Amino acid sequence: MPDWNQQIRTQLAGLNLAPAREAEIVEELAQHAEDRYRELQSGGATESEARRIALEEISGHELLARELRAVECTDVPEPVVLSAGSKGRLLAGLGQDLRYGFRTLRKNPAFTAVAMLALALGIGANTAIFSVVNGVLLRPLAYPDPDRLLTIFETTSEFSQASVAYPNYLDWRRESRSFTDIGAFRDNDFNFTGAGQPEQVSGEHVSASLWPVLGVTPFLGRNFMPEEDRQGAPCAAMLSYGFWTRRFGSDPDILGRVLTLNAVSCTVVGVLPRDLRFREYAQVFVPIEQWNSVELRTRESRPGLQVIGRLKPGVTIEAAQAEITSICTGLARQYPASNAGHGARVVRMKDDMVEYIRPTLLLLVGAVGFVLIVACANVANLLLARSTARKREFAIRAALGAKRGRVVRQLLTESVLLSLGAASIGLLLARWGTSLVLAAAPGSLPRSGEIGIDPYVMLFTLAVSIATGVLFGLAPALHGANANPQESLKEGARGAGGGRHRAEGVFVAVEVGLAVILLAGAGLMMQSVWRLWQVDPGFNTRNILTTQVALSPKVMASPAAIRLAFPQLLGRVAAIPGVRSAAITSVVPLSERNSEIPYWPGTGPQPAQDRTTSAMFYIVTPDYPNAMQIPLRRGRFFTDRDDLASPPVVVIDDVLAKHLFPGQDPVGRQISLIVLGPAQIVGVVGHVKHWGLDSDDAAKIRDQIYFPVLQVPDKFMSEAVAGLTLVLRTAPEPLSLVPAVRAQVAGPTRDQPVYAVRTMEQIISGSLAERRFTMLLLIIFAATALLLAAVGIYGVMSYAVTRRTHELGIRTALGASRGEIVGLVVRQGMRLAAIGMAAGLVAALALTRLMAGLLYGVRAADPATLATVTLLLGGFALLACYIPARRATAVDPVVALRCE
Amino acid sequence: MEGQSIDREWKKGSAELLLLSLLEALPRHGYEISKLIEQRSQGALRFHAASLYPLLYRLEKRGWIQGRWVEKSGQRRRRYYRLTSQGRKVLASQRLGWQTFVEAINRITGVENA
Repeated sequence: MPDWNQQIRTQLAGLNLAPAREAEIVEELAQHAEDRYRELQSGGATESEARRIALEEISGHELLARELRAVECTDVPEPVVLSAGSKGRLLAGLGQDLRYGFRTLRKNPAFTAVAMLALALGIGANTAIFSVVNGVLLRPLAYPDPDRLLTIFETTSEFSQASVAYPNYLDWRRESRSFTDIGAFRDNDFNFTGAGQPEQVSGEHVSASLWPVLGVTPFLGRNFMPEEDRQGAPCAAMLSYGFWTRRFGSDPDILGRVLTLNAVSCTVVGVLPRDLRFREYAQVFVPIEQWNSVELRTRESRPGLQVIGRLKPGVTIEAAQAEITSICTGLARQYPASNAGHGARVVRMKDDMVEYIRPTLLLLVGAVGFVLIVACANVANLLLARSTARKREFAIRAALGAKRGRVVRQLLTESVLLSLGAASIGLLLARWGTSLVLAAAPGSLPRSGEIGIDPYVMLFTLAVSIATGVLFGLAPALHGANANPQESLKEGARGAGGGRHRAEGVFVAVEVGLAVILLAGAGLMMQSVWRLWQVDPGFNTRNILTTQVALSPKVMASPAAIRLAFPQLLGRVAAIPGVRSAAITSVVPLSERNSEIPYWPGTGPQPAQDRTTSAMFYIVTPDYPNAMQIPLRRGRFFTDRDDLASPPVVVIDDVLAKHLFPGQDPVGRQISLIVLGPAQIVGVVGHVKHWGLDSDDAAKIRDQIYFPVLQVPDKFMSEAVAGLTLVLRTAPEPLSLVPAVRAQVAGPTRDQPVYAVRTMEQIISGSLAERRFTMLLLIIFAATALLLAAVGIYGVMSYAVTRRTHELGIRTALGASRGEIVGLVVRQGMRLAAIGMAAGLVAALALTRLMAGLLYGVRAADPATLATVTLLLGGFALLACYIPARRATAVDPVVALRCE
Repeated sequence: MEGQSIDREWKKGSAELLLLSLLEALPRHGYEISKLIEQRSQGALRFHAASLYPLLYRLEKRGWIQGRWVEKSGQRRRRYYRLTSQGRKVLASQRLGWQTFVEAINRITGVENA
C-alpha cells in the first residue's frame, strides 16, 4: 500500500498550514486517494498505474496547492511546534502557548467554568487563611524597629507571665541598661462627663515613656512630658483618632480643651495617629501617675500593669533577660515580703500578642491546603477526561515532530492559565470570605485589624496558583503527551488508555481520603465546642444580664457616699418588673477579667511571700449568690449587717475549703488576706469556673474568696468599685430589660452610664470564640471537601458508565436485572471510595493528634467521630455512585449494541 | 478530449450548485460526492480531488456545509459533509437562478425537449 500521507504532505508543504488543520486535510485526501486507488485496481489497472493516476488526480498539476492556499490562507495559524532551542524561540513559544491556551479554554466554556469554580474555592480559601496568617503572624508590628520591642512580665510561683507591680517597673526602668527606655500602661475606664451625654470610655493609664518606646508620634499636639507623669501634676490627656473624630468632629482646635474624666479636669495635649494599632479599643490616654490609687504604690499588688521595653541596638534579648533577672534578684533581697520568689521574663512583643494563636492558625493552614489539593484532584480528573478527548490533537503534534516536553509545556501553560484565572476569582472570594469570617467570630483573633490583602498576599496567591496549575496539570499533561500517534489516530476518538482510569481512581481516592481527614477535624472541633457548652460553670448561666456601671463622679468622691449608693442603686434596679434579683460584683467569671489576692490561714503575720497562696477575689453585695444561683454549701452568705461596724467576714468556695481545711468545717475559722487583714469564714459556696469552661480545672489559682463590699476599707473603696459589674437575674429575655436598667442606673443626677452590656450566655460564647472560630472554618473546609469529593466520584462514575454502555447493554441483554446493574456500578465506585476512606482514616488518626490541644472532652482518636465521619462520607459516595448507576439501568441493550 | 472541455466549462458555473444539491438529502463524504457526480452525469462530469476538496473547504468556511468525522466499524473514519440551514437557503436560491438561466438559454438556442 502506498504511503499516501507522505505524498500528500509533500504537496502541502509550502502552505504553512496549522499542524492540526494540515493533519486533517492529509487524512481526508489520503482516504480519497486510497479509495480511488482501489477502484482503479478493481477496474484492471496495475498497481503502479493506479497509484500514479490517484496521485495525479489529488495534486491536479499543483491545482490542489493553489486552491488550498486561496481557501485556507485566512486561517489563524496555530502554534508551530518548535523544539525549544534558543531563548528567543522559547519566549516565542510561550506567547504561542498562551494564545493557544486562551483559545482552548474559551472554546470549552462549561469545562472552564467548572474547573475555575473548584479552583477558585480552593485558592480563595487559601488566600483568605494566608491573609489571616500574614496579618497576625507574619507581618511585623506597625512600629518602627518592631523586633526590638519586648514585653516584660513578672514571674511568680503561680504565673509565668504575671502583670507588674508599679514600684518594680520603676526600679527596672532606673536600673536597666539594656533598653533605650521602658514604658508601662494599664487598661482603665473613664467616666467622661461635662460634654453632653455622660459616657464611659475605654482608656489607658500610660507612662510618659510609653509612646517614645513604641515610636509613636502624635497626629496632633505632643506626647506626654515626663513632668506630666508625676503625682500631683495637672492632668493631661491624649485622644485616639477615632474618639477625636467621633466625639469632637475632628475639631482642629481640640488641643488645650479641658475634659472631665472620672471627675478630674484633664487638658488635651495630643491626638494619636489614625493607624495606631495599640489597644485599639482605647479612646483616651492619661499619664499613669494620675491614677490615685494605693495599689499603684504597693509592691504587693499587681494591678494589671503591662510593661514594654525597647532594646538598645546591639543588645540581645538574652542579655536583656539576664540583666532584668539580676535586677529582680536584687529586688527580692531588698523587699523579701513582696518580691521573694519573683522574677521577670522578656518576650518579643509580637510573640506575646500572637504566639498563643499560632497552633490554631497552622492547623487551619493545613486544613485549607487539603481543600486545595481536593480541588486540584477534581480538576485533574476533568483535565484527564479532556486530554483523552484531545488525544488525536496530541498524536498529530507528535506525528509532526513535536517533542514530548513541548506538548507537556503547552498543556501546563493551559492549566496554569486556568489556575491564574481561578486565582483572580479566588482573591475576590478571599476578600469577601475573610471579612465574613471575622464578622462571624469577633474577638477570636489578635491583630484582626491588620488582616487584609496586601502585596504579600497577592504574591502568595500568585505562587499558589502557579503551583496549583502545575500540580493538577502535570498528570493529565504527561498522560496527553504519552499519546502514541499511530495508535491514537487509528483508534479515533474512542480510545482511552488504562493509565487514565488508574489515575482517575487515585485522584478520587485522594479526594475522599482528604475529605475524611477534614471531616474528622471538623467533627472533633464540633464535639469539643458542644461538650464545653455542657460543662457546668458552677452557676446558672441562663437569664443573667451583666453590665458595667460607672458611679457618678460625685459619689466616687467619698467612700461613705459609695457605701450609701449601692443599696439605692440595687433597690432601683431590683424594682424593675422582670428583675428577680440584683447584685454587684467586682469581677464576673469567664469575662477574662480577674483579680487575685494572697491569703494565709489564721490571724498571724504574713509568711514569706513564696509560701503564701493566692485566691480569686470577688467583692460582692449580699444578693450575689442568688443572682448567679451559686449554691451555698455551708454557713451563710453576707447580709447588709456585714459592714465596717461588724467584724470582717469572708465566704470561700469549696475548692479552697478542701484545700485549706480538708475534712474539717471551715465555717468559723479565720484566714488573713493581704492588706485587708484577718477575716472570719462565715460560709462556703460552690466553685465557679472562673478561668474558662475548659481551662479552669488546670488553672494554678482556683481558690475563691468573696468579700462584702460594705467592709472594704475607705482607702481601697474607689479602686474596688472602679468598673464594678451589675448582675441581674431576670425572668424575661435579659436584653429586653436593658432600656429600663439604663434608665434606673443613670439615677437622679443622670451621670452614671451603663456600658459593656452582655448576657452571661454572650460572655460564655465569647470565652469560646477562638474555638468556635476554628470550628466554623473547619466545618466550611470539610463541607467544601466533601462536596468536591462527591462531585469527583460522580464525575468518574458517570464517565465509567458511559464507557461501559456496551458491556452493560450485553449484560442486560443476557438477563441481568436492574439491581444487578446498579450493584455492579455502585460496587466499582464504592471500592474507590472505600480505599480513600481507609487511607483517610489512617491519616486522620495521625493528623488529628496535632490538634489535641484544641480539643475538649474528646480524644483525637475518637471512635464515634471517626465512625460518624465515615458514615457521612460513605453516604455521599453512595449517592454519587447511585445516580450514574441508575442511568446505567436505563441503557437500552439494542441501542447500546448498535453503538459499536 | 471533448468531454474534458465540457467538464471544465460546466464546472466553473455550477460546481457549488452540484455539491449543495448532492448534500441536500443526506450527509456524504468527499469520495462519494465525486463518484455520484460522475455516475449521475454518466461520466460527462468529473471532479478530481484537487478541485473538489478545496471547494468543500470553501463552502464549509462560508457556513453552507459542515464536515464531521464519522467512524463506522471496520473502516477508517471519514469526513462527512452535511448541508447547514444556511446552505439550504443558498441551494434554493442557486437552484432557482440556474433554472432561470437554463430556460433562457433554451429559449435562445431553440432546444425544446432537452
